[in-house]
Amino acid sequence: MSGILVFAEQREGKLNRVTYEAVVAGQRLAAGLGLPLSVVLLGSGVDSIAQELATKKADAVYLVNNQHLERYTPDGFSLAMRQVIEQLQPQYVLLAHTYLVRDFAPKLATSLGKALVADCVGYKLEGKVLTLVRQIFQGKINADVSIHDSAPILVSFQAGAFRGDDAEAGSAEVKNLSVQLSADQIRLQPQELFREAKQSVDLTQSKIIVSVGRGIKEKDNIAIVEKLAAALDADIGASRPICDSGWLPMERQIGSSGQTVAPKLYLAVGISGAIQHVVGMKNASTIVAINKDANAPIFDIADLGVVGDLFEVVPALVDEIEKAKAEG
Amino acid sequence: MKIIVCVKQVPSRDAILRINESGTWIQDRDIAYDVNEPDAYAVEEALQIKEKLVEQGGSAEVIICSLGPDRVQMAIKEGLAKGADRAIHICDPAFDNLDALAQARVMAEVIGKEGFDLIFTGLQSDDYGFAQTGVILGELLGVPSATIAMAVELHDGNKSVRVKRELEAGWFQWYQMPTPASISIQSGLNQPRYATLKGIMNAKKKEIRKVTLADLSISKDLLAPKQTVEKVYFPVKSKKTEIIEGSAKEAAAKLVTKLKQMRAF
Ligand SMILES: Cc1cc2nc3c(=O)[nH]c(=O)nc-3n(C[C@H](O)[C@H](O)[C@H](O)COP(=O)(O)OP(=O)(O)OC[C@H]3O[C@@H](n4cnc5c(N)ncnc54)[C@H](O)[C@@H]3O)c2cc1C
Ligand SMILES: Nc1ncnc2c1ncn2[C@@H]1O[C@H](COP(=O)(O)O)[C@@H](O)[C@H]1O
Repeated sequence: MSGILVFAEQREGKLNRVTYEAVVAGQRLAAGLGLPLSVVLLGSGVDSIAQELATKKADAVYLVNNQHLERYTPDGFSLAMRQVIEQLQPQYVLLAHTYLVRDFAPKLATSLGKALVADCVGYKLEGKVLTLVRQIFQGKINADVSIHDSAPILVSFQAGAFRGDDAEAGSAEVKNLSVQLSADQIRLQPQELFREAKQSVDLTQSKIIVSVGRGIKEKDNIAIVEKLAAALDADIGASRPICDSGWLPMERQIGSSGQTVAPKLYLAVGISGAIQHVVGMKNASTIVAINKDANAPIFDIADLGVVGDLFEVVPALVDEIEKAKAEG
Repeated sequence: MKIIVCVKQVPSRDAILRINESGTWIQDRDIAYDVNEPDAYAVEEALQIKEKLVEQGGSAEVIICSLGPDRVQMAIKEGLAKGADRAIHICDPAFDNLDALAQARVMAEVIGKEGFDLIFTGLQSDDYGFAQTGVILGELLGVPSATIAMAVELHDGNKSVRVKRELEAGWFQWYQMPTPASISIQSGLNQPRYATLKGIMNAKKKEIRKVTLADLSISKDLLAPKQTVEKVYFPVKSKKTEIIEGSAKEAAAKLVTKLKQMRAF
């Protein structure tokens, strides 16, 4: 085929919507390089998802049905994808950089003697030469990465790098592809998915959230932002390190492994704006960031920003809010 | 039970980063360095497993493995001071700026020769952020791997390990696999200890074995980068943030006026 192959992700029979972002990357790259585009779906009894994928513009959707792929395991998915790649001989394999992909794609790439270009935020195409854009230093800096390798080249894209809604509609042919797997090749036994005991804090309904990050430095300083939250009648949220340290309970965590919120107003105090935090709050109507580093990635998504020391700005803010409230 | 903990030293989260003159990397002199955050949790997890095994009458050895220039000895010593038994420092100019696969090839050869029951890595490095090393090590060494671990439990007389994996949006899943295995640790699964003064003193006597290219049978060809960072730069902001200027007090007053206009509170 020597084209572009997009990996479609499903878990427990449900398509992960972020797959469409990889499809968009695939459609654009296919157009730019003049290559055919295929999508591959692994699982067991997931024909309807293949049909769903086939409503997007692509040359083919390959469906790999195998009982050993019913539950995701890195062994099963990596071995199956390797056989798919051997059969289809794609030039590029594109994946969305999800928790599932980061669990098996490096293994797949290694088994092919390749290095995965992981977590890219975009690409540049000059003629037929592809350069990938990756974030380094937790999103503070971008890097242009060139590839010196033979096909297949494996690339994963960060969530949000493309808009899934931009996927062009079409009608692809669904084709079956078979792989050989045996139970003894799968060394990991997965158990049921579960959630921790029900959360008592639901931030998804909050109107205003004051969220605190590591810029707060010490547990005792949390009181400073609690005052701000009280003045605004807001709920408190936090970045992961604050919850990891036990300064606030886990259920206050916002981001990819915490809650996804969309309040009217989100104040990020001493939060750098790493992608895993941003995916949990980028849909807030108004985002205000207070950070001493003018280059902090949070300023890329904030509507309003104060570049300054939170230990000065936050108390001043509390004073001004009280004043404004007194004035009515 | 032999546990290898891969510890990377990275620029501090607080470091103000500047780009070097050729625009190919940051200016990496004169900035502060720290242990990569999840790696500190990996060290703690290894120490806790060892302590538990010792309590049950067993034994374990915790070995820190770090690849990087001389400065990474700081990160190694931190692990030793907290209680790791010894360390391996992989150090050679030939190992600078390798891509994820090439770097892991070097580490895998060293770790393979050393022997292991468990390899712990952090799930992602702050600088390159490959998010791959633990999984690649598993594949190169022919052992299973699991990522984003929020708990690690040994079973069946240490012949298998149960890992609680974090999935998106608050979901978790336990996986069981045979040892030896490679596990990528997520932050927050324990509370890392601080080194004590006694620990720091003890660490001075602990072995740090240096490994260079000459000690390995790896061919230089295998280390040829398949990915090269051509250029680094500050990202162009896609959204126009309105920056509110002035002293803290002035900025606060202006911000409140704006928020009021927007009926934000
Ligand atoms: C798989 C995975 C899942 C993750 N899930 C999540 C998640 O759900 N939620 C989450 O938040 N993170 C998550 N993370 C972690 C994420 O990558 C970042 O490490 C984290 O969000 C950083 O938190 P922070 O911004 O508080 O800290 P830092 O990145 O350390 O930023 C602190 C900020 O405070 C600023 N600052 C310091 N002092 C001051 C001061 N005096 N005044 C003003 N500003 C100051 C600094 O300039 C800096 O920008 C995840 C990571 C991975 C790999
Ligand atoms: N140079 C290194 N020395 C020691 N460990 C490393 C090194 N690079 C990566 N690692 C380990 O691999 C993990 C993931 O790194 P990465 O794949 O670069 O995101 C880190 O958290 C470390 O545990």
